[in-house]
Amino acid sequence: MTSTAAPPAPVPARRAPAARRPRRKWRGWLFVAPFMLVFALTFIAPVVYAFVLSLFRDQAFFGGTVFVGADNYTQVFADPKFWESFRRVLVFLAVQVPIMLVLALIAALAIDSARLHAAGFFRVVIFLPYAVPAVVAALMWGFIYGDHFGLAADLNHLLGTEVKPLSPSWLLTSIGNIVTWEFVGYNMLIFYSALKVIPKELFEAAAIDGAGTFRTILSVKLPAIRGAIVVATIFSIIGSFQLFNEPNIMRNLVPNTIGTFYTPNMYAYNLSFNGQQYNYSATVAIVMGVITAVIAYVVQLRGSRKEM
Amino acid sequence: MSRFRTRAKAAAAIALAAALAVGCSSGGTSSAPAAATGNQDSVDAALKAGGEITYWSWTPSAKDQVAAFQKEYPNVKVNYVNAGTNKEEYTKLQNAIKAGSGAPDVAQIEYYALPQFALTDSLADLNQFGFGSFEKDYSASTWAQVKNGNGIYGLPQDSGPMALFYNKEVFDKNGIAVPKTWDEYIAAAKKLHAADPTKYITSDTGDPGFVLSMIWQAGGHPFTVDGRNVKVNLADAGTKKWTAMWDQLIQGKQLAPVKEWSDDWFRALGDGTISSLVTGAWMPGNFISSVTGGSGKWAVAPMPTYDGKPVTAENGGSAQSVVKQSKNPALAAAFVRWLNHAGGVQPFIKSGGFPSTTADLTSPAFVDQAVPYFGGQKINQVLTQASKDVAKGWTYLPYQTYANSIFSDTAGKAYLNATPLDAGLAAWQQAIVDYGNQQGFTVSAG
Amino acid sequence: MATFSITKPRKSRVLTGFMALYLVYTLVPLAWLVINASKTQPALFSTSGLSFGGTFALFDNIGQTFTYNDGIFFRWLGNTLLYVVVGAGGATILATAAGYGMAKYRFPGRRGVFAVVLGAVAVPPTALAVPTFLMFSKLGLTNTPWAVLIPSLISPFGLYLIWVYAADAIPDELLEAARIDGAGEIRIFLTVTLRLLVPGIITVSLFTMVQTWNNYFLPLIMLSEPKWYPLTVGLNQWSAQANGAGAQPIFNLVLTGSLLTIIPLVVAFLLMQRFWQSGLSAGSVKQ
Repeated sequence: MTSTAAPPAPVPARRAPAARRPRRKWRGWLFVAPFMLVFALTFIAPVVYAFVLSLFRDQAFFGGTVFVGADNYTQVFADPKFWESFRRVLVFLAVQVPIMLVLALIAALAIDSARLHAAGFFRVVIFLPYAVPAVVAALMWGFIYGDHFGLAADLNHLLGTEVKPLSPSWLLTSIGNIVTWEFVGYNMLIFYSALKVIPKELFEAAAIDGAGTFRTILSVKLPAIRGAIVVATIFSIIGSFQLFNEPNIMRNLVPNTIGTFYTPNMYAYNLSFNGQQYNYSATVAIVMGVITAVIAYVVQLRGSRKEM
Repeated sequence: MSRFRTRAKAAAAIALAAALAVGCSSGGTSSAPAAATGNQDSVDAALKAGGEITYWSWTPSAKDQVAAFQKEYPNVKVNYVNAGTNKEEYTKLQNAIKAGSGAPDVAQIEYYALPQFALTDSLADLNQFGFGSFEKDYSASTWAQVKNGNGIYGLPQDSGPMALFYNKEVFDKNGIAVPKTWDEYIAAAKKLHAADPTKYITSDTGDPGFVLSMIWQAGGHPFTVDGRNVKVNLADAGTKKWTAMWDQLIQGKQLAPVKEWSDDWFRALGDGTISSLVTGAWMPGNFISSVTGGSGKWAVAPMPTYDGKPVTAENGGSAQSVVKQSKNPALAAAFVRWLNHAGGVQPFIKSGGFPSTTADLTSPAFVDQAVPYFGGQKINQVLTQASKDVAKGWTYLPYQTYANSIFSDTAGKAYLNATPLDAGLAAWQQAIVDYGNQQGFTVSAG
Repeated sequence: MATFSITKPRKSRVLTGFMALYLVYTLVPLAWLVINASKTQPALFSTSGLSFGGTFALFDNIGQTFTYNDGIFFRWLGNTLLYVVVGAGGATILATAAGYGMAKYRFPGRRGVFAVVLGAVAVPPTALAVPTFLMFSKLGLTNTPWAVLIPSLISPFGLYLIWVYAADAIPDELLEAARIDGAGEIRIFLTVTLRLLVPGIITVSLFTMVQTWNNYFLPLIMLSEPKWYPLTVGLNQWSAQANGAGAQPIFNLVLTGSLLTIIPLVVAFLLMQRFWQSGLSAGSVKQ
């Protein structure tokens, strides 16, 4: 996915406890101020600036900058290219994220189960692809997918199949495969570290009740790591909406299939850097940011309320 | 808000330039002398004074050229930067221009991208240094491409008159004669693929540069530019002549489904999967350095035509331009002059480049050179002839880089789905018209 | 599958076999990379993907990777290290201080900080790229290392993790005792707090490290000169130079360079896995 930041630990079930009341009340800023200063420069200022940009329209060649109010926004909402790219990442999200998370969960449960030979080895190796930069992963898989001379060709030859990973009908799946390959290990680790700290008493209680392996998983383990699952889901959603590196690099191989608006992020990028439509690009970015934030928020709300 | 001020200034300058340019087609070869014609004194003085400049280029010979230049002029320091290959470089150049700083003094820019930078007043008009007098030293087709209105926005480096590169071994084995007309070419495609299904006549997955060159050769003039008035007609007689011909290859699945410049493509050129290429005269350098497997098998012939009479087009090729941001434009111009009008030309040719200087295009040492890779064929005889046969009067769009970037979104679908090219080109045209009108041009279709 | 008692699970061959299949999926692309990084460019074009072909040219390729273009790959490696050390290091320091401040102090505007940072977590960083570029270009920061370093100094997740971790790992009584001894706030932070936060800090630093090592989008936009590129952007440029007239395809170096880019991180992960895994688990205990 993108260079998305990612948190290692599950969201805590409860809020940070109230800090003690300090005598000199401003001294907390001593520690927070440096962060907030840089934060203001790299997060708040660009957001404000993007918003300002989104209210104007600037012509790349002739004419100047005009204030257009909400025009750019109405244009985005009526822009079939934007919605096509949005629908695409939505489909991607609906299919790839569950597969990736289920695989990660199975791997975490298996490694945690103590039934696996060489569990430590599995844990490290499955995590390895996370150390591969998305750019390198996309370049590498791009070579592998080559349906004439790549590994895919060899496989087809071997199995007598006709799978063309770079053809339009397979492409989204192929990208999903790259992303899954990269991030299963990372999500596995989130789940695994949550599993490891489930209090032993819970298992003993389950064993006394005569619960089998699967019942223990369903009634003890999964509920206990619900927080971790919610966090992993949220980050995967954010990552999907931001899909950029993999399709952008593979565009060199299949430009007719991966157009300039394959994903919303690519659309914003190409509007800016190919079309010099900076204002419209900022608007697309803002709309995408708001949609992502809303969906992530809803998932978090539902995730923390619903029993699993 | 300095950006807005710069913009306003730029806009005023463009308006002025446009007013001056009214009535002159931007592709025309020669017209009345430009307004700000200077002489080369300031360039010579700058060269003597020395200084430091930055040069962006991706040509393989750039490093050697810079070294040779610095040896000749030790008081000039040239910082050579490979800022990316073609469109990647343009994006960065555009970014730096937008930012108001960070652009190089001299940049390599392909002919198709020049009008865009010239029009946004990003490049220096070399008339001020008296470079207009170099016109006679370059092939007509390349000189026409560095001219915009009355301005000279760069000196031509390489050129790409098109020719037919073919794998003689594959052709001979399958009993195929070198096609002289496009009809013969299509027939050869079918015959070859039928005889050996692993072989294809050529590959084309939809490259806008190639498409425009093919339209150019067929006599099409899809773009007419007059100041900020632009006419787009991707359905004129020439265009239709080409689409009718090429559709047969696309819809007949006669094209190798291999993306140009990919690892698969280099492989396919080497092992005969792709048995011919219609492309620019700069291609031999690529063959020699990157398709080692094809050595001794490839040969060059004139580009097929519709009626058998020789006519060709330019494909690719680039110039070196002085960027307006340069703090020392006279020195930058001196470097450009040396690169493409003096000592830089020979290293360029040595690295496999195809020049645009008439002296070299006619020198026996260049023309009659036997090239071992091509089985000892004197390929430059074919290629230099091609440079004389380039159809006249071609014009690119003033925002061709953007147009090319969205080619795959529109016309690319015709390649993908093997549907008629005309429909794809119509979609491309629509997108070109819409964008131009949004960005301040008055663009009309037809 | 039979049920076993929880306390004495037996190793399962079926499960191991199943997981081994997944292991193959994980490893095949990496194996492919290693194999193909050992081929010369002509061999790449003439041999099948999963078999060694022609001469074993891995070391030759590595040599070429490091010497190509006057050793620009070295420069990129150095840049990447700079971005990782300063960027990820700075991000860890800022996040640690701020996370601790949020967890252990009440101050005016704390709620505001909480809301803004939480909101920032949901904003896609790539959405900020274009405005950040335009802003930085006005400040004259584009095409300098600062353009890459400054944005990577912020890790909202890092702050969040330290916050959660510090809330429980540092007893208030300890701070109170130190204050009674007359220690200043900064001194307390340096001498008392930091030591207790070590597992959290290691975890945060490892993840910010991966993030900066893999950073692509931002440097791609911000930098125009290869001399400031990190490995990711540089490799992509190598890959792109196979395009167009004057093409200089170096697919073998792209592959070898990719392999060399991965190795340092893999080694770091393997060497430090004991530390970061305990940090992770420690982080999880705190929920």
